[in-house]
Amino acid sequence: MLENRHRELGLSDEEVMEMFKTMLLARKLDERMWLLNRSGKIPFAISCQGQEAAQVGASFALNREKDYVAPYYRDMGVVLAFGMTAKELMLSSFAKADDPNSGGRQMPGHFGQKKNRILSGSSPVTTQLPHAVGVALAGKMEKKDFVSFVTLGEGSSNQGDFHEGLNFAGVYKLPVITMVENNKYAISIPYERQVASKNVADRAESYGMPGVTVDGNDPLAVYQAVKEARARAAAGDGPSLIEAVSYRLTPHSSDDDDSTYRGKSEVEEARKKDSIITFANYMRETNILTDDKEKLLVDEIMGIINEATDFAENAPYAEAEHALKYVYEE
Amino acid sequence: MPVMTYIQAITTALREEMQRDKKVFILGEDVGKKGGVFRATDGLYEEFGEDRVLDTPLAESAIAGVGIGAAMYGLRPVAEMQFADFIMPAINQIISEAAKMRYRSNNDWSAPITIRAPYGGGVHGALYHSQSVEAIFANQPGLKIVMPSTPYDVKGLLKAAIRDNDPVLFFEHKRAYRLLKGEVPADDYVLPIGKADVKREGEDITVITYGLCVHFALQAAEKLAEDGIDAHILDLRTVYPLDQEAIIEAAKKTGKVLLITEDNKEGSIIGEVAAIIAEHCLFDLDSPIQRLAGPDIPSMPYAPTMEKFFMMNPDKVEKAMRDLAEY
Amino acid sequence: MPTEKITMPQLGESVTEGTISSWLVNVGDHVNKYDPITEVMTDKVNAEVPSSFTGVIKELSAAEGDTIAVGDLICYIETEGAQESDSLDEEKEEIAIESEDATSNGESMKKRYSPAVLRIAQENAIDLNDVRGSGRGGRITRKDLEKIISTGEVPIASQAQAITTATDNNIPISNKSDTTSEKESQRGDKEIPVKGIRKVIAQNMVKSKQEIPHAWMTVEVDVTDLVKYRNNVKDSFKINEGFGLTFFAFFVKAVAQALKEYPQLNSMWAGDKIIQKKAINLSIAVAKENELFVPVIKNADDKTIKAIARDIHDLARKARNGKLTSDDMQGGTFTVNNTGTFGSISSMGVINHPQAAILQVESIVKRPVIIDDMFAARDMVNLSLSLDHRILDGLVCGRFLARVKEILENMSDKTMNLY
Repeated sequence: MLENRHRELGLSDEEVMEMFKTMLLARKLDERMWLLNRSGKIPFAISCQGQEAAQVGASFALNREKDYVAPYYRDMGVVLAFGMTAKELMLSSFAKADDPNSGGRQMPGHFGQKKNRILSGSSPVTTQLPHAVGVALAGKMEKKDFVSFVTLGEGSSNQGDFHEGLNFAGVYKLPVITMVENNKYAISIPYERQVASKNVADRAESYGMPGVTVDGNDPLAVYQAVKEARARAAAGDGPSLIEAVSYRLTPHSSDDDDSTYRGKSEVEEARKKDSIITFANYMRETNILTDDKEKLLVDEIMGIINEATDFAENAPYAEAEHALKYVYEE
Repeated sequence: MPVMTYIQAITTALREEMQRDKKVFILGEDVGKKGGVFRATDGLYEEFGEDRVLDTPLAESAIAGVGIGAAMYGLRPVAEMQFADFIMPAINQIISEAAKMRYRSNNDWSAPITIRAPYGGGVHGALYHSQSVEAIFANQPGLKIVMPSTPYDVKGLLKAAIRDNDPVLFFEHKRAYRLLKGEVPADDYVLPIGKADVKREGEDITVITYGLCVHFALQAAEKLAEDGIDAHILDLRTVYPLDQEAIIEAAKKTGKVLLITEDNKEGSIIGEVAAIIAEHCLFDLDSPIQRLAGPDIPSMPYAPTMEKFFMMNPDKVEKAMRDLAEY
Repeated sequence: MPTEKITMPQLGESVTEGTISSWLVNVGDHVNKYDPITEVMTDKVNAEVPSSFTGVIKELSAAEGDTIAVGDLICYIETEGAQESDSLDEEKEEIAIESEDATSNGESMKKRYSPAVLRIAQENAIDLNDVRGSGRGGRITRKDLEKIISTGEVPIASQAQAITTATDNNIPISNKSDTTSEKESQRGDKEIPVKGIRKVIAQNMVKSKQEIPHAWMTVEVDVTDLVKYRNNVKDSFKINEGFGLTFFAFFVKAVAQALKEYPQLNSMWAGDKIIQKKAINLSIAVAKENELFVPVIKNADDKTIKAIARDIHDLARKARNGKLTSDDMQGGTFTVNNTGTFGSISSMGVINHPQAAILQVESIVKRPVIIDDMFAARDMVNLSLSLDHRILDGLVCGRFLARVKEILENMSDKTMNLY
């Protein structure tokens, strides 16, 4: 591992610390949601665990004041980086009225927040990809300098919308960055049974754009790839496809038992590459992180999470009749 | 007042809206240089350029999905499906995404897209160029479905659809494109979506229908008038959500109701119209509610004998109206 | 220190129960909030369930291997410090029970007849004006009519307005009916449209004759003593009471008394059963020009001659003035028909459907009768009974008539008090 890779990428120590803090907040929030689910307090949880590095590394390479994101259901790291708060995510998990994603209408993980340019998402996979292309098209038509960023899983890269959307973006050379978070499993189906090409990134060539595969456990590698893609987009050179390879450390969701389709040793092996550990090690090596600092950081994050949990648990639900609102403009 | 065809009214509405608002743009297959396979967008590419009249790849889900994304950003896309029959690959985008956008985001996001598609038979289009597809979308709260019958309504309703802040499906009867001519004011007028329109006042029977069938009913009504039968004709114009008030009023007026659609009978729009009447008009009805519709076969066959058998026409409509009048 | 319950969480979208595979804590153990306390196995997942509180485990309420329903208790924990409360999750749902009484009492729907109600009313000659609706707003329901028909208490049209209206409307425009050449009117013939009460009478008579197998029986009664008795008191009665004392009142009284002894005749046919009525309500036929009404003397067996005479007087006057109410017409169980008024000495009545019999009281005529081998001038009357042969046979009817005869022949100032 190179010394100070982040400086070479133009990242300050503070920025790296901020990245790590966002990754850790995502991880700890996610862990809390599982506990709340297992205590019977929230009906459902779906994880980002194992993918925080890719999500946060990519987000930090974007312009978080201007760019649009169309995240998928695991992207807690992306939405935190784009301004959604721990409280807001907890409100969503508890399905409370003030959840900014949907006011308690959608399951957790269906992100959306207009003020932070986070496009609203649904459960059918990959539908968000053409939306991101549409936003990029609009930006190009209006001669704006933002890009749009869309994520999805490797299983979702089989959907028609993936291919239709990428082809559209390629034909019109639109400023859209697509990142496939390859966590090796689509629920129970491993990569080999999902995708016929060696890499998801190989699919980019058909659509006239560069495709790269990067280590999704390394936030700096993902940062670099997205940074380059954004530069291309901003220069009018069109879209890019990035495949960030990591590993899904949890079952698919709180409703899934992954021991029925993969071995414990495989998961244990993957945990050794967990970015929360490996990136912390890198930060220690580069003297950004010390034991004292880490303890302070964890305390701060647990404080945020405890406060968010209590706040959301005590927040009111929407009135039952609120179900009737906003079918159409009112 | 200028007289124009149904399709000219479409082109006029599109042109005027694009002139009025720079955020309005068109996307679809062959809509640019060619001006559309039916030439509904004729001349718009020349006038507004390739940036606002986009020839897209042949991929309906992308046309809908990219349009939805642009609409979420704040533009006013008008997407064209070359034939209503080819809207099927875009259904996930229309039903899972556009229809639910405002609702699922608790009013944070919206998808003000207009999707135009030519529908209907009687043009030797066979199974996949003749279908009426409105019923597929007509139980999706969040969507609006407009199906105009006259050039005047086309211009006013297409403008309304483009300006609407929610997704609108705008189905145009392809046989009406050049068959129907009518007066269309040159000024900038908008007609309300969700409102039916009485196309003929009458006292003896009520006909409720939409699209091309409105004209079949009007023609039949003139013939029946010679025999002293006075038909009241309501044009739904918007088939989802339905104008319940107008339907109830029209049904109560005569107590004898004939519902007509070119679509297959079972599960069609007029079944819902019948249900509304059944719920509200029991004590005003003077006959069973009658439905005249296409047969329950998958689609309209190619051979002229079978096509004619399926297709609605003025004779079938006249017969059904006369039957009801004599009841 | 408050004690809190920990319950079985719902682990998975469609899961309804979980099995405790092992406890990770013992009674007395201190646990922090979110520390795992038990391992639970469900159809979908195996999971460690964390504590929702910080405190000391007080009691394990379920054993390893137990399957517990979601939401049921698994253990108690004694918490420390600030009290945790779960009450916030309990949404108070005070749903106002909306009263529909306000609308159901009105009569706003009384005249709203559904197609089904109109059809049944028409087929059964029911005057809907006389039916009390049980639906909201007083609407007459199909069930209301079905009930009326099954109990036989059909309100026969008095004004018959509703029925005739409905009937006229239902005649198809194109229907030329079954007119044959015989029925076509010739020049000079007068056509009288069949409607209103005439139509109802026609329908009822047809129904009775088509449905009921009629049989007949006549007895001759010597009412010389009764005539003498009545003639003696009729003038003073009229002066005292203000209405006349007719022979008919005595006949009604005699029939009521005999019916009490022979309840078989006070019954009606109800398809799979015969209903023997307790009340003795005597229908009496009252004619008015082209119309025939059958009002009812209720509980005639309880009434004195005077009370019966007054009922007859009142009902007849009401009939002539068109003032009969549906209540006046309802509930008859047996009919007494005063055919003697017209001078008839023998007739065969049509039974008033769905009753079991009708008795015709013919003219009282003075005739020579042989008594003790000598001719005597006596006041004689024929009583003709029509009976529903499904319900009644000759034997019981003969006995009944014999009893009526006996009562009448023994009526005199000595045996019968007017009051």
